[in-house]
Amino acid sequence: MKKNEVPQDDSPLKKHKSNELLYAVDDDGKFVSVQSSGWEPKTIIQNQNLEVLNQRVQEALNDVISRKVSPIVYYMELNRMDWQTLAAYMEKWTFFVKRHAKPSVFGKLSTRTLQKYADIFGISIDELRNFKG
Amino acid sequence: MQLDFKHRQSAHCENGAIVNLLNNKGFKITEPMAFGLGSGLFFVYLPFIKVNHAPAISYRPLPGVIFNRMAKRLGIKVKRFKFSDPAKAQQKLDENLKNNIPTGLVVGVYHLNYFPDEYRFHFNAHNIVVFGKEENRYLISDPVLDYTVSLTEEELEKVRYAKGALAPKGHLYYPVVVPQHIDLTKAIKAAIKKTCNDMLAPVPIVGVKGMRMVAKAILKWHKKLGVAKTNYNLVNLVRMQEEIGTGGGGFRFIYAAFLQEAGEYLKNPKLMQLSKEMNVIGDKWRDFAVEASRVYKKRSNTENVYQVLSEKLMELADLEEAFFKKLKKAV
Repeated sequence: MKKNEVPQDDSPLKKHKSNELLYAVDDDGKFVSVQSSGWEPKTIIQNQNLEVLNQRVQEALNDVISRKVSPIVYYMELNRMDWQTLAAYMEKWTFFVKRHAKPSVFGKLSTRTLQKYADIFGISIDELRNFKG
Repeated sequence: MQLDFKHRQSAHCENGAIVNLLNNKGFKITEPMAFGLGSGLFFVYLPFIKVNHAPAISYRPLPGVIFNRMAKRLGIKVKRFKFSDPAKAQQKLDENLKNNIPTGLVVGVYHLNYFPDEYRFHFNAHNIVVFGKEENRYLISDPVLDYTVSLTEEELEKVRYAKGALAPKGHLYYPVVVPQHIDLTKAIKAAIKKTCNDMLAPVPIVGVKGMRMVAKAILKWHKKLGVAKTNYNLVNLVRMQEEIGTGGGGFRFIYAAFLQEAGEYLKNPKLMQLSKEMNVIGDKWRDFAVEASRVYKKRSNTENVYQVLSEKLMELADLEEAFFKKLKKAV
């Protein structure tokens, strides 16, 4: 990349008044570091990624409402976690956390366990128990 | 309290943190040189491991490896600590600040509130430097930002104790012994050889062979997994290439800058020429990203799009195979 080819497009970084550093050659053929405000193809990719993640959240929400899964699944997706990550935060085996996704098992969870989930998701225990979406 | 510490922005967090720490100790080194000496350029495809619901692809070795290799090759001694108790982790950090030691931390990205939403994922190997504390807020030099930020004690504890894959467990480090004058000749040659051997490794998932495997997988994804899944896998491929502090083109531009610096240092015109070639290869990786992003823009989901992407990646693998064979002979 040449210095004058370093893209300066709109991006999430630019909205955040930030930028990123790239390496490109100047007119003398010497590599220098150049700030870039963003690159359109990258922004497209990032938006696409968030779209897919939002779809997952929406699907989880529908599944919770139709009582297929417990609210834990919705909040897991909302926090961009997978089972392994959530299990690590819960300090439990993945197997047990997955079981908590069953509405029948979820209904029997102790207040302590629910509180731990609530803390991880940054919500109140009430929002878990009386899920409203 | 604010220590005398000069923050400088870098492309990649791991190199950026250590370059800033070393410069602060009076050892001048550039980011590309640190990256090159750590043999940072790499490619690996792990179809059996899922990251963010897509097969894992990485353009770099495991976190910490680049830094460790570089430190070893230069004879830099680094002290590292992990703590099972968050209170002790904070105590050690406060102690360091009192003793005038800017300290590197490994942290999780997800809870770093100063990043835009698009960048916040459960990636637990981000590097930052703490260089002071004012009114219970830690002063933070995040190498990928061009300004410094601050975090409260609670916020810092949260990111230091992020959980999941590669959980940092309060990981803290700082260089203790740095050589003042050092001849880089041997280190540069060894580092370049290592990169060439990695990229040409006779292992199907590593280096140029790994790229070919992904190129074939793109067609397979489309046939077996359908359009949505294929596009999502491609999104992750390009994100790894462009987003995670790579300096663009999957670290190729940083590496080209390293080759130029190495060429000047060793007075080796072949390396200078190869630096130019690597720059062109970096541009081609960017072209690949542009092509991949078109899949969404035009929503043209014919087999042809994936065929083109697959062929482009194959071409890149061929180019890089030839390149690293030449590079190996040049040092």
